[in-house]
Amino acid sequence: MKTLDRVLTWLIFAFLYAPLLVMVFFSFNAGRSTAIFSGFSFKWYIEMFTNRDTMLALQNTLVLALLSAIIATVLGTMAAVGISKMRSQAGRSAIMTTTNIPMMNPDIVTGVSMMLLFVFVGRFLMADNSLGFATLLIAHITFNLPYVVLNVLPKLRQTDKHLAEAAMDLGCTPVQAFFKVTLPSIRPGILAGFLMAFTMSLDDFVISYYTSGPNFQTLPLKIFSMTKKTVKPDMYALSSVIFIAILVLMILVNLAQAKADKQNQQNPRR
Amino acid sequence: MKQSNLMAKIARAPYILWAAIFIVVPLLIVVYYAFTDSSGSFTLANLAELVQYKETFLLSLWYSLIATFITLLISYPFAFFMSRKGPNAQRMMLLLVMLPMWMNLLIRTYSWMNILERNGIINNLLGMLGIEPLTMIGTGGAVILGMIYNYLPYMILPIYTVMSKIDPLLLEAAEDLGANNLAKLRRVILPLSKPGVISGIAMVFVPSISTFYISQKLGGGKIMLIGDVIERQIQTAYNYNLGAAISLILMILVLLSMAVVNRWAGKDEEGGVIF
Repeated sequence: MKTLDRVLTWLIFAFLYAPLLVMVFFSFNAGRSTAIFSGFSFKWYIEMFTNRDTMLALQNTLVLALLSAIIATVLGTMAAVGISKMRSQAGRSAIMTTTNIPMMNPDIVTGVSMMLLFVFVGRFLMADNSLGFATLLIAHITFNLPYVVLNVLPKLRQTDKHLAEAAMDLGCTPVQAFFKVTLPSIRPGILAGFLMAFTMSLDDFVISYYTSGPNFQTLPLKIFSMTKKTVKPDMYALSSVIFIAILVLMILVNLAQAKADKQNQQNPRR
Repeated sequence: MKQSNLMAKIARAPYILWAAIFIVVPLLIVVYYAFTDSSGSFTLANLAELVQYKETFLLSLWYSLIATFITLLISYPFAFFMSRKGPNAQRMMLLLVMLPMWMNLLIRTYSWMNILERNGIINNLLGMLGIEPLTMIGTGGAVILGMIYNYLPYMILPIYTVMSKIDPLLLEAAEDLGANNLAKLRRVILPLSKPGVISGIAMVFVPSISTFYISQKLGGGKIMLIGDVIERQIQTAYNYNLGAAISLILMILVLLSMAVVNRWAGKDEEGGVIF
């Protein structure tokens, strides 16, 4: 059992990290190849940081992810609050089924279906090219929304609804009661939903591929068009930088979590 | 009370409107395109044309089933071992499993291409040992490997989540009652981890059957999956009607498959876990 555990663990991690090691290794290649190493160099890092297109795509990706995650978080949290107060069982299950559609459906179907909607409406409006930043933003908000709703709903179920009622009895308006009582207790769910939405949007390629036009390129779209030809190591350099950034971020989050867990163990009443 | 009911309605109204326009209507439009021709009149020609893609559908189904099965086979024991480790080791391993997920799928797949291709890393290493180069890109194995690699964390995470909630005392109790390892697995661990397995299967199978990038890069242009056909119809041939018809069938295929899995799992109220 013990040996099986050890062997399997090492094998899986070797498998998971092999292509990432290749990526980091060849980002330092002096030559143009991503398979034959001809010497150590930082030149692709310099090339990447000075490449206007790459930096613009990076900026586009971040703006899109932030904007779509914020809008989805606001809409989704409002929706979760509204849904949790729904009386009609049929209505609630209709909404939840619809919410699950983008999560169940293959991305390619979601992407194609939204593209067809935009093309269809565009044809009505006689627009030449209906695909661009606006349609991409709509698509990202749409696939982000379920993550927010599904993260906030369970938190709402856990909060005591009598608390908000008590606040209203004491003279709060429903809106005040929401901000003063409900919101603080569902905050972890909102945050988790926002983070998931943000990362999903950062990483999305398939849905973006169908719903964006030629005038707005995100990083995954740029990588796709570059990998149609032979990739130069600058793409690997960029990915290595992102990899290190995520690694550092995750280690920090982990340390914070470990600290919080320890504190919870010391005074469990919190 | 009346006032707060009204507020709840106002709070969910934008979402309901949004979901109706951008989730439900697009699906109806897919159906509309699938049953019309480019001038907009009703036709069954698109659906009739699907017959020629029967092989492609079967190949996609076959590859994604193999990939899902192998992924499950290696993830299940791994997740179990992981869930029995100390809290620090678990946290560390969780981080290491999740980290590759945040790397772009395109880059990870391209990197595999560098490893497997004719002048790639494996063949260079083999060449140093004097071994003839192997052809790996363009084989079904390479495509399946790409699927397993990219979606492995999506199988490990949900299974690990349910496994870590299994109380060790439960296993001890089973042991005290005379259960051997096999019985513990069959009677305790397996039933309790079922929701995680189902989410894992869904999260590996659905993207595998609909992929087009993995088959493009690791299939070397020789292997066409259903995602490739949709991509070609929509992005190159601009035949939206045929693309919509194939998408429609793919969606139905996925829903049917998931219904089969859910039925096998028996009644499952919450529909599994996300993470």
